[in-house]
Amino acid sequence: MAEFINLALLALLALTALRIIFLKDLFSVVMLFGIYSFLSASIFLNLDAVDVAFTEASVGAGISTVLMLGTLALTGRKEKASKHSSCLPLVVVCVTGAVLIYGTLDMPPFGDPNNPAHQHVAPRYIEESLKEVGLPNMVTSVLASYRGFDTLGEVVVVFAAAIGVLSLLGIRRQKDELVADTGLKEHRVLHVIAKLIIPLIILFALYVQFHGDFGPGGGFQAGVIAAAAFILYTLVFGLKRTFVVVSPKFLAWMASIGVLVYACVGLFSMFKGGQFLDYNQLAADPIAGQHYGIIIIELGVGITVFAAMLSIFYAFESQVERSNVQ
Amino acid sequence: MLILDIVSALLLIAGGFFGLSGAIGLFKFPDFYTRVHSASVTDSIAVILIMGGLLLQTSFDINTAKLLFIMLFLMLTSPTASHALAKSARHGGLASMAEAKMDEQENNNNG
Repeated sequence: MAEFINLALLALLALTALRIIFLKDLFSVVMLFGIYSFLSASIFLNLDAVDVAFTEASVGAGISTVLMLGTLALTGRKEKASKHSSCLPLVVVCVTGAVLIYGTLDMPPFGDPNNPAHQHVAPRYIEESLKEVGLPNMVTSVLASYRGFDTLGEVVVVFAAAIGVLSLLGIRRQKDELVADTGLKEHRVLHVIAKLIIPLIILFALYVQFHGDFGPGGGFQAGVIAAAAFILYTLVFGLKRTFVVVSPKFLAWMASIGVLVYACVGLFSMFKGGQFLDYNQLAADPIAGQHYGIIIIELGVGITVFAAMLSIFYAFESQVERSNVQ
Repeated sequence: MLILDIVSALLLIAGGFFGLSGAIGLFKFPDFYTRVHSASVTDSIAVILIMGGLLLQTSFDINTAKLLFIMLFLMLTSPTASHALAKSARHGGLASMAEAKMDEQENNNNG
């Protein structure tokens, strides 16, 4: 049954991808990308990779769809017709595809427990992580403790993306009072429902943040969900009122503080006589030290992801408002 | 337990039926407003039926509460989304099929 569901989902995935290639209307393409992400999230869920599915649904389908729609509002809806002939690209794509398919012939069989990927470090994580780290959710142990240095790199990548977008677009603050409140003033129903569910979304983000040790979730998903709450607020009530709640300057501070907190945990464990990000040194009991370390660095991840996503959204949205005013 | 399973299966099938009929309506109905109408109304009932079917499959623990929260959330957001969609179309000046026909007739009478 699981195989059948997988096949159906993969077929839908392929159909969606094909449709994306042939569509010229970029708005529909963005929507199809959202559907594509949800389909892959379902496949991950079917493979029992709950954390990955959660990330795909919240980041892939949620925030990147919003950001791509923000980009479309700046650039326009239609894809430009290409004047070049498509012969050479077609040849290149065919050759690359053939090489890739030839490459897969050497791949170990799908799902075989003797594959190298299942033999290298995975058995140690599966057998020892409860003793060494003591968390029920193994994914969090691997992500935050065994692979803590990699995760630090990921957080820095998110931080760098925010810096890149901000230095390219910048957040324009509306100085003059003449600029009308944007947002959807006429939509009374939206106002009421948004006010009802925004606190719930933030509460859910906090749950995901601090329950990540025990269930699916963690800093990345929590940061994105919290950012989604403020994006909803911006869409319904306008950018001006959101700037009063969370100012761009505050977000810039938050984004750096998250990375700093993460790195400081690493430095502090060095100061205590261990290696970089060696949480065992953080407390007298190694397991307790691991718990402290993971909670603190997940908090750092959550803060940075939240601030970076919201600043990127601010950058797009303020550009859109400015071009609307002109 | 068997009765619960049967009831839950019936609810799931009914939910699937309504979801499918909404999708068919989305393709077959003539203009934007009827399409939104078909999608949103069937969506609400499908959510209630499918979630009801899933609720009966739980052993009435924390998962039941989680499913109830998801149901509440969907019942709040999905009609709101349809409402916002239709209202924006209205404000944007999109005429329904009946109005478009009336306009056409008026134009023909005047011309």
